[in-house]
Amino acid sequence: MSGFWQRRRIPLAWLLLTRQPGRLAVALAGIAFAGILMFMQLGFRDGLFDASVTVHKLFDADLVLMSPRTMSSIGMAGFPRRRLVQAMADPAVVGTTPVHWNLMLWRNPETRRTRSILTIGFEPGDPLFTDPSLAAKAHVLNQQGRVLFDELSRPEFGPIASWFRQGRTVETEVAGKRVRVAGLVALGPSFGADGNMLTSRETFLRLMPNTSPGSIELGLIRLQNGSDPRLVAERLRQTLPDDVAIYTKQGFEEFEKNYWRSSTAIGFIFTLGAAMGFIVGCVIVYQILYSDVSDHLPEYATLMAMGYRLINLLGVVAREGLLLAVLGYLPAWFAGQGLYALVRSGTKLPVYMNTERSLLVFVLILAMCMGSAAMAMRKLGDADPAEIF
Amino acid sequence: MFSTLLATNVPPAAVEPCVQLRQLNHWYGSGSNRRQVLQGVDLSINPGEVVLLTGPSGCGKTTLLTLVGALRQVMDGSVRVFGVELQGSTRGQRQQLRRSIGMIFQGHNLLRCLSAEQNVQMGADLLPDLGYRARRDLARQWLRAVGLEDHLGKLPHDLSGGQKQRVAIARALAAEPRLLLADEPTAALDSRTGREVVDLLKGLARNQNCAVLMVTHDPRILDIADRVVRMEDGQLMDRGQGERLWGAGRLPDTGREAAEG
Repeated sequence: MSGFWQRRRIPLAWLLLTRQPGRLAVALAGIAFAGILMFMQLGFRDGLFDASVTVHKLFDADLVLMSPRTMSSIGMAGFPRRRLVQAMADPAVVGTTPVHWNLMLWRNPETRRTRSILTIGFEPGDPLFTDPSLAAKAHVLNQQGRVLFDELSRPEFGPIASWFRQGRTVETEVAGKRVRVAGLVALGPSFGADGNMLTSRETFLRLMPNTSPGSIELGLIRLQNGSDPRLVAERLRQTLPDDVAIYTKQGFEEFEKNYWRSSTAIGFIFTLGAAMGFIVGCVIVYQILYSDVSDHLPEYATLMAMGYRLINLLGVVAREGLLLAVLGYLPAWFAGQGLYALVRSGTKLPVYMNTERSLLVFVLILAMCMGSAAMAMRKLGDADPAEIF
Repeated sequence: MFSTLLATNVPPAAVEPCVQLRQLNHWYGSGSNRRQVLQGVDLSINPGEVVLLTGPSGCGKTTLLTLVGALRQVMDGSVRVFGVELQGSTRGQRQQLRRSIGMIFQGHNLLRCLSAEQNVQMGADLLPDLGYRARRDLARQWLRAVGLEDHLGKLPHDLSGGQKQRVAIARALAAEPRLLLADEPTAALDSRTGREVVDLLKGLARNQNCAVLMVTHDPRILDIADRVVRMEDGQLMDRGQGERLWGAGRLPDTGREAAEG
């Protein structure tokens, strides 16, 4: 503490900024605007990628088996169902659920138009999702031709949820075969599918008769509490044949996101938008700091005449940059929170403020301010102490 | 008013000069645009000595101050300050030397965003081995010495021209300089304050062995000078001529009546 008092100096950078409240307000508004732009662009990008794994996140699984030929959820390949049985040999595995997964054509019962719907088939007695309310509804699928419709599906599938709630019998065609809606679930649309429905394995195979009964698209594996999914996955990779790929649940979600990242321009477009925010912020901060240094040039020259070193003055400008970064970031973060909530309620896009993005935008704003400060520092070279007499 | 800071009574030591100029030449521009500002200037100032420098505008006084103050590179001749030769010196050497030199500018050059106390503390902050509170107390002490104890928290734009000048003087003195360079320090002050300020500077010179080189046209402060040096066309005039003019009680360049000592 005594060392702090010994070294403490007048907070020149803080005073330079705060004694000109008008200019400071403009600077903070500019930085906050750039920050909000970056928050929104990165939020949209991550929100869209997160939306691609809406259903993936709901699975009750620690590990997921897929075919190595699978590229994404819109093109699932099958693998032998017996791999799940083989996986049960591992002492850490306590349960498995075979899952059929495919896109089928759903006919809107109101308009008669068809649209692709993601159909998930499973044994109604097996755990599928972490949501326990689903287990209570799943028993209705034991009857052939029954489906659970996702009420969060886009409206193009028809007014299914409202008809069902009204007590009407909702029947339509899926893959050219008649099905009846026996209940509603809330899953949410994703990149690959505008709507979802759940059905029993038996009904699934009836809707897709070409599917081999011994083949499944996903294998959900649940582990004993305390097991390390990575270690078990590694063990299974060594024991199971190469016709199956093993992912942790997080790896399963990343696999899907990576497909959309690499196969669409979404990442590029929104990253470009964030970069534009960064550049706009750089220009604003540079203008503010440059004019600040220019306005105070005689004062900086006076300090140099008094014996202050150039490095001391560079430090003042650097601290101004740091202060602007911190002060500009805070309103950007709070505004970002509010706007995310607005986007969530308006679009159902899962856009949330997370630590990773909060840190990323802070680092970008910091780089923006410090880079601009470094450029503005060049003006300090014009401070000639000989000119002040 | 200044007695608290001038309590010690150290006799001036007539040792080696703290400032020595030998055949100093300086010019601006080059080729046909070259303008000679200083020509063969020789001058020595001893510690504790108060030297007034006068002469018409454009005669090279300010250039001389900036060279002695290590604010520019010496072109030709020798400038030694506290034994450091500035001819061929590096930027770092000049910057280090400036910490021992106090400067009082005609235009105050106070930092607008700092209060009077903080401006003075910027000078005290250059002192090594002093804690924050000690530096702040020193700043307050110097402001009290120049009669501004009631204006510690005021920003420069809330101070009059004379008050600003006194803050600038306090700032220069707070760094405990061994050489003080002043450019018309009393120009913006009324006669009473001007007298107090120059008495302070003279007391500093006497008691702290600090040399003072002051550019002035103010006849009211003649009596503080140990020596008056007149400059014309980049050259120092014959000392005897200058002394005769001052001795006659008239400013050599203006013919104004000199104030009574």
